[in-house]
Amino acid sequence: MVDPGKAVKKTSAAERAFISPLTGIVAGIVFGFVFGFLLQKGGVGTYHILMGQLLFQDWTVVKIMLTAIIVGMIGIFPLHHFAKVNLHIKPTKLASNIAGGLLFGVGFALVGYCPGTAAAAVGQGSWDALFGMAGLVAGSWLYAEMSGTLKQTIDKVGDLGRLTFLNVLPLPKWAVIISATALLTGFLLVLEIFTVH
Amino acid sequence: MNRRQAWLFAAATALVVMVSQPAWAIDPALDARNYAGPAWSPYLVGAGIGVLSWLTFYFSDKPIGASSFYATVSGMIGKALAPRHTESLDYFKTKPPKLNWDFVFVLAAIAGAAVAALSGGNIVNEWVPDMWSARFGDSVFLRGGFAFAGGMLMAFGARMAGGCTSGHGISGTLQLNVASWIAVICFFIGGAAVANLMFRV
Repeated sequence: MVDPGKAVKKTSAAERAFISPLTGIVAGIVFGFVFGFLLQKGGVGTYHILMGQLLFQDWTVVKIMLTAIIVGMIGIFPLHHFAKVNLHIKPTKLASNIAGGLLFGVGFALVGYCPGTAAAAVGQGSWDALFGMAGLVAGSWLYAEMSGTLKQTIDKVGDLGRLTFLNVLPLPKWAVIISATALLTGFLLVLEIFTVH
Repeated sequence: MNRRQAWLFAAATALVVMVSQPAWAIDPALDARNYAGPAWSPYLVGAGIGVLSWLTFYFSDKPIGASSFYATVSGMIGKALAPRHTESLDYFKTKPPKLNWDFVFVLAAIAGAAVAALSGGNIVNEWVPDMWSARFGDSVFLRGGFAFAGGMLMAFGARMAGGCTSGHGISGTLQLNVASWIAVICFFIGGAAVANLMFRV
């Protein structure tokens, strides 16, 4: 019932006019503004809160992420079921996901900001994030230089295509979504009971 | 206890110990809990981001993401300096660097954060964070060098993994994408390892 690609959002002519390039860009500006506003209010543009998470002292980051995931999930799947939105599933490439993920983590600890929260940091006047942003641009370029080679090599190791837990687990899709919600809510409860921040 | 129960017990214990953070912590200046906390509840902010993701999916047919902004900027610079070489690169063939949704999204996020900080009276205006200087001193060059190097690694890793803490960590995970859950767990493994080396060793 919620296969990616099965329920396809049909865009009417009126809607297409609404999502013309210009309004698309305007929507990006509005949504980006709200995103940055929320990140700053959540404290995740702040070095010690992000590092505190990696040091297991402050659990703000995980609390925000898990809440966003739970709320997002219980909206996106019904919307997709009724063909109001498309899913955007990135392909699973085990070697690249793992190696890239670990590299990302190492970099994250060195900077203390991630790509989105660096924007929030600069917005609130944590100017050191500007060095991080410059590094992000340089690192993106380095990847682009190597992208042809990487695509032919590591990307092919463990390439499983577009995969979600909805098609991996031998359970009805609604059961997977409800269990995931319950599991993540349970983890949040543990955090709420045992942590101060 | 059979093996399976033993594993579950060990995992549960590790979780509780990790989460409750007993006395193996350290110099108070290196404990994030001794610094100012966030302005709003993390649950309120998280719920807000969750609802925002409904809206970006519905109105823009886009998941929230930040890292591709930096790739676009690098491609724009590349196009200005070496247009033919830039266009020959595999990544920019699939993702041509131009002013698009992801690009304005991150720029607008800077403005949104600025308004949030102004409205809450917590403009920071500093070059070196307090918790960093408590450990590594207040040299802007050292801080800047680490941040630049970390930024490079982070962007390279994000492009390899297919997204960052937003694109994988929120948008991918909420769609129960297997790649995203693997990536975000690896983000935190790599990050926790290096952060603990930096602040606890």
